[in-house]
Amino acid sequence: MKVLKFLIPLVVFLGVSIFLFKGLSLNPREVPSPLIDKPAPAFSLPLLHETGSTLSTGDMRGQVWLLNVFASWCGPCLEEHPIIVDFSERGVIPVLGLNYKDNSVNAKRWLERHGDSYSSVVVDLDGRSGLDYGVYGVPESFLIDGDGIIRYKKIGPLSQADIEADILPLIDKYKR
Amino acid sequence: MNLPSILLSLLLFAHSPFLASEEARPLADDPVLEERVKAISYELRCLVCQNQTIADSNAGLAIDLRNQVRDMLKRGMSDTDIREFMVARYGDFVLYNPPVKNTTVLLWLGPLLMLVIAGVLAIRVIRSRSKSSASQDLADSDMNRARAMLSESDEKRS
Repeated sequence: MKVLKFLIPLVVFLGVSIFLFKGLSLNPREVPSPLIDKPAPAFSLPLLHETGSTLSTGDMRGQVWLLNVFASWCGPCLEEHPIIVDFSERGVIPVLGLNYKDNSVNAKRWLERHGDSYSSVVVDLDGRSGLDYGVYGVPESFLIDGDGIIRYKKIGPLSQADIEADILPLIDKYKR
Repeated sequence: MNLPSILLSLLLFAHSPFLASEEARPLADDPVLEERVKAISYELRCLVCQNQTIADSNAGLAIDLRNQVRDMLKRGMSDTDIREFMVARYGDFVLYNPPVKNTTVLLWLGPLLMLVIAGVLAIRVIRSRSKSSASQDLADSDMNRARAMLSESDEKRS
């Protein structure tokens, strides 16, 4: 009985430690998205380079594609951009850029300087489409399948590891 | 006041009317609508500044979300519609008060559970203490033994 009494604080301490350790290793910025396995919100947005024409989610039907939300004012986008350029140059799937709440002149200059290998870039000037996609931290990336269902979402810069470990297997899975 | 400080204060005050008009503008439109926007905004979390509501925050996203709330109210949507719209995009996390669900039961009932556990423990400790003090008279033999042992050690020391 005495040993038990001595053990109680130890057990409580270990329990609290486990919770705290687990809690601290989680990233509070990563909010679970309710959009996974849900239809991608439709948009019809003007293209950055071809003034006057628009591109809509309907145009992307029938293929797996990546939507990459970026902006020239966003620091982490710069860090991510070489990986996006490299991935889109591999031509596995179309990579659509969504220029989020940006100045188009700045966006064009930014792409000129850092490389533009997006299949297309659409402009979301007021951030309404971004809002539909639950964007709250740029960059964000969405993998959308041929039926227009969101299969993967990454908040923050994509890494090479994300592409190899998550995106490529999902492309294989949903590609027809 | 010397001349430079007067000039400085003039310079500072020259700017304040502009700042004030910038802050007050959205309220001037429709006070009733703004009250509702505010009420709903206090229930929604700003996701870039996580421990603030979108009513408290001036982050770009918070402003966008407030505008969204305002637009939806203007279109005659109900508070529930707006909450559902936000949850569909940002998840339950966007609600400042988490909903009672299977996954959040521990969150809601945890404090109560802790109170019950602490209460039960406290009652048990208090009871056992009062019992031991009540039985003090009965332990005369033990007391004598203890006294004997103490005097024994005193003798050894001296």
